[in-house]
Amino acid sequence: MKKIIEVQHLSKIFGEHEVLKDIDFSVSKGEVVCIIGSSGSGKSTLLRCINLLEKPSGGQILYNGENILDDKHDTRTYRTKLGMVFQQFNLFNNHDVLSNCMIGQIKVLKRSKAEAREVAMKYLKVVGMEQFINAKPRQLSGGQKQRVAIARALSMEPDVMLFDEPTSALDPEMVGEVLKVMRELAESGLTMLVVTHEMGFAREVADRVVFMDKGVIAEEGTPEQIFNNPTQERTREFLKRTLQQN
Amino acid sequence: MELNVIIKTISKYWPMFIRGAGVTLVISIIGTIIGFIIGLIIGVIRTIPMPEKGFKRILLKIVNATLAVYIEVFRGTPMIVQAMVIYYGSKQAFNIDMTPLFAGIFIVSINTGAYMAEIVRGGIVSIDKGQFEAAYAIGMSHVQTMVNVVLPQAIRNILPAIGNEFVINIKDTSVLNVISVTELFFQTKSVAGNNFKYFETFFIASAIYLVMTFTVTRILRFIERKMDGPENYIIYANQMQVETPEDALRREQLMKGNK
Repeated sequence: MKKIIEVQHLSKIFGEHEVLKDIDFSVSKGEVVCIIGSSGSGKSTLLRCINLLEKPSGGQILYNGENILDDKHDTRTYRTKLGMVFQQFNLFNNHDVLSNCMIGQIKVLKRSKAEAREVAMKYLKVVGMEQFINAKPRQLSGGQKQRVAIARALSMEPDVMLFDEPTSALDPEMVGEVLKVMRELAESGLTMLVVTHEMGFAREVADRVVFMDKGVIAEEGTPEQIFNNPTQERTREFLKRTLQQN
Repeated sequence: MELNVIIKTISKYWPMFIRGAGVTLVISIIGTIIGFIIGLIIGVIRTIPMPEKGFKRILLKIVNATLAVYIEVFRGTPMIVQAMVIYYGSKQAFNIDMTPLFAGIFIVSINTGAYMAEIVRGGIVSIDKGQFEAAYAIGMSHVQTMVNVVLPQAIRNILPAIGNEFVINIKDTSVLNVISVTELFFQTKSVAGNNFKYFETFFIASAIYLVMTFTVTRILRFIERKMDGPENYIIYANQMQVETPEDALRREQLMKGNK
């Protein structure tokens, strides 16, 4: 399978603290990859390095074989190919739901208003938020906001969707509606990279699970391997801890 | 204080008061607007993320330093002194002849700009980092992010502070009488110099100032409420799509009842 994103020897240092150490990792087309691990293991930082919200301290990130850390590479065009969903939703508070999904298309992709509206409506229907097109973000619940945020990212028609703990800021009863949307997206063949604490979701939906610990990839494999036969002691311990809580 | 003196003063000199109030309003409105625009531009420049190396970094540092000097100088000196320096100073040193009105607007604008720059910067800094990140993540540039996402929210947040500046400007244009701008204070002084009724004449002036500032604060409060909109969202369209069986039953019963 063709590799869309290839991370090679990636490192990230905040001051004295080395958050990511020599990460090698890739995502292929159509694949759903879940990154799990305890807080502070560097999962979110890895995701944020991939779309350059954090500048990597060393290593390379290849997108379709091109090094995006090269100075000549256009960061903004590259970012439009990646859809990002944040833990805190980060919907544009001054825009309504429809406009949240249109603004990027109009300003960045230079689509016409009519086309942008059509695309936005298509994806708002996918996430089931088409009735709320005129609502402002503060009028929505957390789960609704996150679904709109997913529609906003999809409206840019990206090659890869990045999810940074999309359900961690939600009330338990709203987690389901967001996971349901994500599951449908995974089934539609979208390439997805998901940082998550939802072990059930990772086990059922992921093609591949990556376990991160203290800034390195400790283990990766199919959900079957990771959840049922982890080879590493620390993977076993982490799973024991988290699965007990659930 | 005698009421008939007040009435007499108003009936005799009202055109002077009106003209003075008009000039005061013109200077403070234009000054506040231009100052706000200056503040917006400086605020955006001062929040550009610093590039890590190269020519752009040096350029941005120079620009930032220059703007910092501008802000410090105009915030740190009294407007009455600035007025003297700019109006008479430019005439003597550079032979630039400005009309007092133009000089007045110019001084109020750049003075307000220095304050507004800091107000706008505060407004931008107060916006959640996530708003920037979300905008950058869909490929927006710094300017696009500012114009489409951050500034509309920042401006809403700093509207009370802008109102403050406006009110201060209405009152502080009175210092422009030192460069003989014919604003309200200057006119009042002329009237009082004619009738020697200082108390009554300046009492009228204070009433006019109060009416102007009060009106402005009310208008701005109204704009704030307009911008906020309603707290809750009601689905007006597509009601049938979200109708539960119970709703449908109730609707049918209602329709029967109406017949």
